[in-house]
Amino acid sequence: MKLIGLGTDKIGTTVLILLASVSFIIPLCNLVSPADSPLHFSAYTVSVLGKYLTFALLGLSLDLVWGYCGILALGQGAFFALGGYAMGMYLMRQIGTRGVYGDPLLPDFMVFLNWKELPWYWLGFDNFWFALLMVVLVPGVLAFVFGWLAFRSRVTGVYLSIITQALTYALLLAFFRNEMGFGGNNGLTDFKELLGFNIQSEALRALLLMISGVTLIAVFILCRWLVNTKLGRVVTAIRDQESRVRFLGYRVEMFKLWIFVFSAMIAGIAGALYVPQVGIINPSEFSPLNSLEIVIWVAIGGRGTLYGAIIGAVLVNYSKTVLTGLMPEIWLFTLGAVFVLVTVFLPDGLVGLMRRRLQESHS
Amino acid sequence: MNIFAENLFGEVPKVSSGNLVVEGELDTRHGPILYLEDVSVSFDGFKALNHMSLYIDAGELRCMIGPNGAGKTTLMDVITGKTRPDTGTVFFGQTIDLLQIDEPAIAQAGICRKFQKPSVFDALTVFENLELALKADKRTWQTLFYRLNGEQRDRIDQIIETIGLTACNHQRAGILSHGQKQWLEIGMLLMQEPKVMLVDEPIAGMTHQEIERTAELLLSLQGQRSIVVVEHDMEFVRSIASKVTVLHEGSVLTEGTMDEVQNDPRVIQVYLGG
Repeated sequence: MKLIGLGTDKIGTTVLILLASVSFIIPLCNLVSPADSPLHFSAYTVSVLGKYLTFALLGLSLDLVWGYCGILALGQGAFFALGGYAMGMYLMRQIGTRGVYGDPLLPDFMVFLNWKELPWYWLGFDNFWFALLMVVLVPGVLAFVFGWLAFRSRVTGVYLSIITQALTYALLLAFFRNEMGFGGNNGLTDFKELLGFNIQSEALRALLLMISGVTLIAVFILCRWLVNTKLGRVVTAIRDQESRVRFLGYRVEMFKLWIFVFSAMIAGIAGALYVPQVGIINPSEFSPLNSLEIVIWVAIGGRGTLYGAIIGAVLVNYSKTVLTGLMPEIWLFTLGAVFVLVTVFLPDGLVGLMRRRLQESHS
Repeated sequence: MNIFAENLFGEVPKVSSGNLVVEGELDTRHGPILYLEDVSVSFDGFKALNHMSLYIDAGELRCMIGPNGAGKTTLMDVITGKTRPDTGTVFFGQTIDLLQIDEPAIAQAGICRKFQKPSVFDALTVFENLELALKADKRTWQTLFYRLNGEQRDRIDQIIETIGLTACNHQRAGILSHGQKQWLEIGMLLMQEPKVMLVDEPIAGMTHQEIERTAELLLSLQGQRSIVVVEHDMEFVRSIASKVTVLHEGSVLTEGTMDEVQNDPRVIQVYLGG
């Protein structure tokens, strides 16, 4: 605990305990208790919670680059979607002959497009471990190339934010095209099974919730460790005074690059956990709006704290589920209003508010 | 350019030295540690530096004075790699061409700078500020797994004592007074164990006692390191300088002892207006 600096941090510890209980108790209750017991959580609850946890992981990845390194990346959703597509491609290959057209090799949409053979970039995705590798590798390589070009040219601030938006928008347009071989605007769906489990089964849903929770906890602890190393302090220093860090002899662009790549990989993992739980991945995940929403989660939760991103992502998405159920048309207005209010009145987000309350109660 | 040849983990490239002796190693056997020859910089037609030539000896404590716009800060920008000159040569010792390497490489070669506006990291503690400055392997991977050893810890504690911040060791630098931040930045400079220290207006915002201590500190470093101080406060300059360079309109107007330059009619004209 001391290693990651949690000993004195009440909010961080609380968030960890909550995460652990959600990811173990709820799936267990769901599986063990009979359907009419008060302890039983519906399959719907389980899959919605699992989805929130993947969003929390995505928020965490953004907080690392934005909250700690000061890179306002408005294209984080692109890495999430790429990780999701990698998982989706594996799930598509698992369908096999159970597709509408029953082709053992080609996914339905390729048969529909009259393609005769599998494109080369679909090869290997029938192997789960290969797909997992791609889940981190594809976002990582894209972030590396993009970051290499941007950070070395010392593109910073709002210019960088704009090109990250352009990046995700370009991918959105590309993935919409049928010729790309990713299912066009329908994306990838109709999944049947994951590692031999029926994708619709309650057991798998519960397991996915558990895996999402454990991954989130592990990544949270890893990030916690990272920001408490000397590298974490260099990165914080870059956020506050980039040029000064250069004059201390650090290659600023390399530090930014590796943080950016690491964060993109986390976003990719989040996407891969998201896809089997919602059962579809399509180009709308690349929408620039999605990436902006991630920023709002982190801002509302409180940036530069890691757990702020988790709290923000879960709360905002919970509100979204409730509000879009009640009055779908007002959701975006509410989100915008909350964002403005938080920025003006709570620059440190909800976590900042909690911390102040804690301090007051101590003094 | 060399700066494109570095490796992915932020390794600073070995400096190529043209046809001269050992690659990337500082060679000061032949006198000066810093050579600036015929350096010109212009911003939108304004000549910030105008064919300036300047030599700083190893171990020397040199003061730079001059009216606003004389080119003092631009000079420091050129030496540290922040600004590239339009013409001229800048060498560190005999072998290191400073125009071929970028800011981190220059800093690692041993030229460190204190900025006019105190530039410390507000979100980090005093100790952490010094830890970041500490001379070490500053590549990404090495930084990730960096652990201070006892000796380095002692060194940081020693510097904290020298700069009089022992009481604020674990406080955030953001809450320090202006004078304390100046001292912290001087401490960060010392942590880097530089061969050349460029110190831009070190005593702004300091009390009388702090100014005296700054003068003592700079004098005590004389001989071990070359120090270039830019300062407006003539009394302070008089108290530390053996040699003063007067800059005017981007070139060296005159050099000499404080008495010599103060009695130089050209200097009087520049300062009092003619």
